Amino acid sequence: MSDDPFRQHHDMGGLDRGAISPDSHEIALWEKRIESMVRLLSMRDPPIVTVDEMRRGIEELPPELYDTLSYYERWIASLTNILVEKGVLDADELKARAAADAERSS
Amino acid sequence: MPHDPHEHDHAHDHDHDDHAPVTEAEPNGPYQHLANATRELLIEKGYFGPDDIRRMIERIDERSPALGAKIVARAWTDPEFRARLLASGRQAIEDTFDTDVIAADLVVVENTDAIHNVVVCTLCSCYPVFVLGRPPDWYKSYAYRSRVVREPRAVLREFGTQIADDREIRVHDSTADMRYLVVPKRPEGTDGWDEEALAGIVTRDTMVGVAEVPTPA
Repeated sequence: MSDDPFRQHHDMGGLDRGAISPDSHEIALWEKRIESMVRLLSMRDPPIVTVDEMRRGIEELPPELYDTLSYYERWIASLTNILVEKGVLDADELKARAAADAERSS
Repeated sequence: MPHDPHEHDHAHDHDHDDHAPVTEAEPNGPYQHLANATRELLIEKGYFGPDDIRRMIERIDERSPALGAKIVARAWTDPEFRARLLASGRQAIEDTFDTDVIAADLVVVENTDAIHNVVVCTLCSCYPVFVLGRPPDWYKSYAYRSRVVREPRAVLREFGTQIADDREIRVHDSTADMRYLVVPKRPEGTDGWDEEALAGIVTRDTMVGVAEVPTPA
């Protein structure tokens, strides 16, 4: 961790965040769907979301969230924030649909 | 006001520490519901169809280190291609191989007796997916991102790779617009091998630079 006020949380080059685990998990279907959704939106002309916007959205996550979310959770958090920001989706509509999806699977 | 997808309550109680590998979230976690909701709404609004998602997944799944290995084997056997590859990686690959769209620029760096190259993305996880497939979890880990730029020799030793002290190590930090591919050193004992045989000994990790291609037994 850095105490440097000018260093943002994602900017970790040169710090020491522990030992490297060589393990790798097989990417799951729900993760692939997020990846593909982002790719499809970024390939439209004009793009709905760009790689740089996605990156900015991930970097803006609060540090505690950045550290607790898994990789593709950070992606969907960034993507939904951007889509709502741009008015592509409505926050309430999204929340209601996510709640309905949770209801269906419980 | 920007929507905050994190405000709905969720019990995120599994153990994520810095050193743990990137793990899948629990099935049906709140972010999966958010992902399902996003996908459904975008389909309803006509941004893409369910088939588009499936086709894109297939397309990304098809990418693997096999293309990277072919590129390396060609560079080892064809000096003219090697020169073009090192001068302009993306152009040389697009001109020579049947590839998907290359989104970002690609710089190809070559390991020699004097120099060993290793690649990282300290800020996020930029990686040459079109030539290597999706990155392994360790490439995206905070441990690798933070440490390899400061103590590359120690990090490489953790991968079982010992680089002689008299070889310079160059660490390349990728960006969204610029990715790197390492051409590892061609091992002794491979004289006369054809491209296919050579491609068969080139692995993903050697093209990221955390390993070297061993001399065949």
